Amino acid sequence: MAVIRDVMPAFELLQPTSTAEAQTALQQHGADGWVLAGGLDSFDWLKDRIKKPKAVIDLSGVEELKGIRETSEGLEIGAMTTLTEVAQHPLVKEKYGVLAQAAALVASPQIRNQGTIGGNVSQDTRCWYYRAGWPCYRAGGNICYADTPVGRNREHAILGADRCVAVNPSDTAPALIALDAKFVVRTRKGESAVDAEDYFVGPEVDITRLTMLQPGDLLTAIRIPSTWADATFYFEKVRDRNVWDFPLLNVASAIKLSGDTIEQARLSVNAAAARPLRLKRVEDAIRGQQRNAQTGEMAGKLAVEGAVPLTFNAYKIPLMRNLVKRSITGVQEVAWAS
Amino acid sequence: MGILEWATSPWGQRVPIHIAWFLIWVSLIAGLVFLVVHAIYVRYFAKAKKFAGTIPPELNDRLPERIARHSLTARLFHWVMAAAMFVLLFTAFLPKVGVQFDWVTYHWIAGIVLTASVIFHIVHASFFLDFWSIWPDKVDLQDSWKRVQRFFGRAASLPRRSGKYPLDNKLYHGVIILCGFAVILTGIFMMFRVRTGIFPRNPYLFGDMTWGLMYVLHGLAGVGLIALVVVHVYFAIRPEKLPITYSMIFGTMKRDFYLHEHDPERWVVSPNPPSRESRGLADAD
Repeated sequence: MAVIRDVMPAFELLQPTSTAEAQTALQQHGADGWVLAGGLDSFDWLKDRIKKPKAVIDLSGVEELKGIRETSEGLEIGAMTTLTEVAQHPLVKEKYGVLAQAAALVASPQIRNQGTIGGNVSQDTRCWYYRAGWPCYRAGGNICYADTPVGRNREHAILGADRCVAVNPSDTAPALIALDAKFVVRTRKGESAVDAEDYFVGPEVDITRLTMLQPGDLLTAIRIPSTWADATFYFEKVRDRNVWDFPLLNVASAIKLSGDTIEQARLSVNAAAARPLRLKRVEDAIRGQQRNAQTGEMAGKLAVEGAVPLTFNAYKIPLMRNLVKRSITGVQEVAWAS
Repeated sequence: MGILEWATSPWGQRVPIHIAWFLIWVSLIAGLVFLVVHAIYVRYFAKAKKFAGTIPPELNDRLPERIARHSLTARLFHWVMAAAMFVLLFTAFLPKVGVQFDWVTYHWIAGIVLTASVIFHIVHASFFLDFWSIWPDKVDLQDSWKRVQRFFGRAASLPRRSGKYPLDNKLYHGVIILCGFAVILTGIFMMFRVRTGIFPRNPYLFGDMTWGLMYVLHGLAGVGLIALVVVHVYFAIRPEKLPITYSMIFGTMKRDFYLHEHDPERWVVSPNPPSRESRGLADAD
């Protein structure tokens, strides 16, 4: 593919100042419209001339999509709130620390200053075959170049692969799933709040999208219920370098303890599949168990059941097993046990 | 707007990747238009059927009241194939028109059911049924020419009654064979592109162009089947065809219908009343 950087294709730039205006613009342009949040995913696509929308709807002027508000039910974060704000907000840090940790580990400070939480959860996959404009399944074609005998698939999926083996690269998504967040989505039919895990779709359902958003739809806010406030949290991200990198895998957990007994738990991993995975079976298995290395070991093994490695990513299976184990027991406990 | 979607392969080759999905609507609309036009023609313009020759009255007494037409085995094949076909069509095209669900596994499993049932049918029809009864013969061609001449008001003798299957039935069967073989053969190869546990995945089995053409052929035959199924269901529920549909469910048709529509010399029926066993074996098949 010829890559022509820095010369974006011409498009109509629309800069709405309200959600209603933004939604009207999006619905007017449908599949020809492109939502611009922080621009960190978008400008790659546009400058590489892989995506050529006719209209770009820039949400940076929509004030009502920004900011973090405490509500009677918990917290509401506007989709255009920057990751830095999320990571540094006192209430997020105090009560929903797993999200603050996740946001703080996204990319680099500059990117967190510009990138938004809505953009982070809605960004496209980083599979380079797809991003280079090759006609793969995700681009509407009939092949996955990464899932071939010589395909470079070190960063790709070990679970949930269905023709396409790309993974979701979001760091905040698993944290939001662990917090049982609701994503507020505006569609032509109206506004609805969907469970965080249902916001994401796998290739078996729609191979060309990572989220439920259809052309014309808009993610406006993320609501975090107070149910999991002050729980015991864990977030860990493994990446090739310690800054400015996407996850090879990440894990988020929220656990409610009674003494050493796990009363309730929510766990999620990302970069293992095309959608962040909520580990429901693991949650069920550890409920009522002691929070110790044995439970962590069992959880880790359960989490990777059914995992299918590609040519170059078998390391992800023990990595995920250990991350899940640590998300339950914490790093110290694992260190003592090993 | 082309009927094919094209892409540039990593080697710079322009290759087809699949059909344009608007063809789904084209096929569906074509099927619906056909049935509307046909229904109007039959209701307002078609003349009553007339056939050459008369049926000897004694035949009426010699034949059983119900004529065995399809054996239980043949009927089971038909309905298994029909179920597989509907699953294949819905799983193939609903996601393309916006109904999103996990379709791939259901699709290839239904494809295997269809393939197995077709293989069974080929063996069954070749060795246990009257294989040639479904293929157009010389009389069919002569009679269809007479019908064309009479349709345009030219002098021609009356056509004969049909054998077990009328010519339109035979032609439909022929088109279904073409489309069916196209989707089955391409579908089997396409299973090498997905994880099925049956074939080892091998996306390099063919080059990009061959794969592309395979997807195109699969798609074209698939959308063709939409129209063909619409037409088939339409004829199955038309009042004058209901005895045939009934025979595909219960295995038999009324003697009166048989004598009115079919030529006893071309579809020879045993004069003995069909017992349970013979109905099951369906010698007339």
